[in-house]
Amino acid sequence: MTAIKTRESSADSSGPEPRSELPRLGWRGGLRYLWTQLTSMRTALILLFALALAAIPGSLVPQRRISPVRVADFINEHPTLGPIYDKVGLFGVYSSPWFSAIYLLLFVSLVGCIIPRVGVYAKALRARPPKTPRNLARLPAYAKAEIDNRDEDLLGRAAAELRRRHYRVDVSGDSVAAERGYLREAGNLVFHISLVFVLIGVAIGVLFGFRGTSVVIVGQGFSNNLTQYDDFSAGARFTEADLMPFSVTVKDFDVRFEKGPVQRGAARLFRANVEVTERPGAAPHQEVLEVNKPLRIGGTTVHLIGHGYAPKVTVKDAQGNVAFSGPVVMLPQDSNFTSLGVIKAPDARPERLAFEALFLPTAVLSEQGPQSVFPDALNPALFANVWYGPPKVETGKPENVYSLDATGLSQLKQSDGQPVRIALSVGDGVNLPDGKGSIQLDGWVRWVKLQIGDTPGVRISLIALAFAVTGLCLSLFVRPRRVWIRIRDAEVGRSVVEVGGLDRADARAGLTDDVAELATELSRRPEDVSAT
Amino acid sequence: MRYEYYSNVALVSSVVVYVLAMFAHAAEWAAARRLGPAEEGERELAKVSTSEQTHSEASSTRVEPLDNRPVGRRPELVDGRDQPTSNAENHPATSRRVEQFGRMGVALTVIGFLLSVAGVVLRGLAAHRAPWGNMFEFTITAMVFIVGVYLIMVWRAGVRWLGLPVTLLAAVGNGLAVTVFYVAVAPLVPALHSVWFLIHIVAAAISGAAFNVGGVMSILYLIKKRAEDRDDVAGYLERLPSSRKIDLIAYRFLAFGFPLWTFTVVAGSIWAEYAWGRYWGWDPKETWALVTWVIYAGYLHARATAGWRGTKAAVIAIIGMASFWFNFIGINLLVSGLHSYAGI
Repeated sequence: MTAIKTRESSADSSGPEPRSELPRLGWRGGLRYLWTQLTSMRTALILLFALALAAIPGSLVPQRRISPVRVADFINEHPTLGPIYDKVGLFGVYSSPWFSAIYLLLFVSLVGCIIPRVGVYAKALRARPPKTPRNLARLPAYAKAEIDNRDEDLLGRAAAELRRRHYRVDVSGDSVAAERGYLREAGNLVFHISLVFVLIGVAIGVLFGFRGTSVVIVGQGFSNNLTQYDDFSAGARFTEADLMPFSVTVKDFDVRFEKGPVQRGAARLFRANVEVTERPGAAPHQEVLEVNKPLRIGGTTVHLIGHGYAPKVTVKDAQGNVAFSGPVVMLPQDSNFTSLGVIKAPDARPERLAFEALFLPTAVLSEQGPQSVFPDALNPALFANVWYGPPKVETGKPENVYSLDATGLSQLKQSDGQPVRIALSVGDGVNLPDGKGSIQLDGWVRWVKLQIGDTPGVRISLIALAFAVTGLCLSLFVRPRRVWIRIRDAEVGRSVVEVGGLDRADARAGLTDDVAELATELSRRPEDVSAT
Repeated sequence: MRYEYYSNVALVSSVVVYVLAMFAHAAEWAAARRLGPAEEGERELAKVSTSEQTHSEASSTRVEPLDNRPVGRRPELVDGRDQPTSNAENHPATSRRVEQFGRMGVALTVIGFLLSVAGVVLRGLAAHRAPWGNMFEFTITAMVFIVGVYLIMVWRAGVRWLGLPVTLLAAVGNGLAVTVFYVAVAPLVPALHSVWFLIHIVAAAISGAAFNVGGVMSILYLIKKRAEDRDDVAGYLERLPSSRKIDLIAYRFLAFGFPLWTFTVVAGSIWAEYAWGRYWGWDPKETWALVTWVIYAGYLHARATAGWRGTKAAVIAIIGMASFWFNFIGINLLVSGLHSYAGI
């Protein structure tokens, strides 16, 4: 402020000089100005609202990390909007630069605000309660009591009474100064510092953690190495050596669905009995894996996050040899487990075979064609189109097991030109037209989707959150209050006890009562006090 | 089956009774329009009682404790409790009518409350589990908390002036529950089989109740504040406490709700790890819980920031309530996510 004034006055005296409203700050001053702005409460408020606003689109626009399929659909449906959304990161809001910028600025602002306050608080902790003001009657709460036959130690009693009420007390001269509620600011600081630790814990989890899923057919197993994962994501500091060498065999899987009229088809039970071998050569032990009851193997958790059907089929080629036999994992498309998949028989000769298949656990033929009406396997059936083509050279390139690459294949058609459609119940088999071979539905098994992952650092976050909630409660519910008591001698043999009080936080109640109560308490004679 | 039937009967009746209570309170407000401003003496008392809250106000409370006044009495409650005194001499009949309608409203609210408690308990008996498995059950439970807290406050703190908005909220809440959200009793999906089911949902219901009561008070605060600023406090607004006092009570509710909401989100996150294998996955429900949390954090900061106290803070509190409701209704019904599994 003074700088501005002197500058203006010098400008007035020295004649023409470009007038500027603000003083030049220089780069250091500029930085300091920025820092003060960033750490101000107003900026914190704006950043908080920016964070709230920025989080919203991610809940309304599909997110790539949650469901890539819906993102692809969205882009297809909105040819102009889709790419724009993609450019500004609306399909990945929570990892977008702008979202990160907001929360990082918020945390910088928080740290900048908290660090000085820790210093101030440390000083305040050692400080004595402030001196008694001259005129207690001007305080927000005030009470006065006159007493005769004052006992000598009235001031001592006042101090003791205040100490009993958890005040920090300082006696000087004819008065007692007292303060309480130091924990409020402590709670406030603990809360904000804890938030920083929550973020640190999350960051550790992101850097060192991993998560992947694997589809395991019931009866088969999973061993924890990268080749066994269907999808896998890990932090920058994760190495393959961090994977614990355990294996899990799914012995059986029990699933039940609601058969009553209400919420028909809703899941009621998922339970997998598994055999865990913690490391190669260790004795296996039995475990039960359920939703809400993940397995913890060392630091790794194994969750049961999905299930589906794998029809067991046998495909024979034109020469009558078995070209494929076994369960084929199919992906559920809806809540009634209409499942899609591809049965591939690349070894069929002279021509390889492939089937685009639909597995319906409870199949019903309706006008729209076959559909599943219940998620359990009450009337399982397999429907398929047939493709054939010359054998392909093995390239060793991985290909998607759930979709059919029709290059080099032709669809098998009937004599009238209609595609051949196969419908099979369990145990059924059909011969393909033109002597191309045969397919049989031997049965079905279920598969489960296991999620294997580790989020290190989460313990830090959780402990920090416990501290945060505790600190928050302290900062909101502790009542900082100052009380002063002065004892004056009035006429001969009579004294006046004055009590004044001040609340240092908003929304506190009972100050007047407390002050009045103190005055009443002190105006009583000691023997009365002991009698009660 | 019988339990479920009686639960529904109780809940539908509670809606009817809440609507009647709302009419009674509306009649109370309407009748009070005839009353002029309260007498100076009462105003003085109201002013004294609130002045202890603020050290910035110049007036000070003088308590002379030597008389026989009972110490423990809470003077700040006076203005709500001693309603029908001021103009009794000027408008005895009107004043009596206001009081009658008010009492009728509270009595009906008590009946509605008992019916809705019965509805929730019977629902639990019908389902053989805690009745918090879906939107319908959550709503009827949250309404029990809201009205329960209101009734305790009427009894302890004389907040009958909240009657109209609270009965409105309860009627709308339970009304939506029995019509739009209703689902018949069914067991839970496996994801809900967890102790966190109890912890998370009860905490959400209680903090939701606190946010709603605080939000309703913030609306009243804005109305009263506007009237005060225009120096046009008349009719029922006259019977409300001062805007500053309303603001303080609203703050107490929101300050209670915020840590509990924090806990709700943390508990939800821990449960999410058990049920879905991740602590935080930006599910729409989680996102909006965080948005709501951030808005209320903004509210608490705004109250501590010059230029944001009062009206702006109250607006933030109302936005927070809106966000809570959107998270509850909008996300469940409009957006597909992991939380939309409960029948609706």
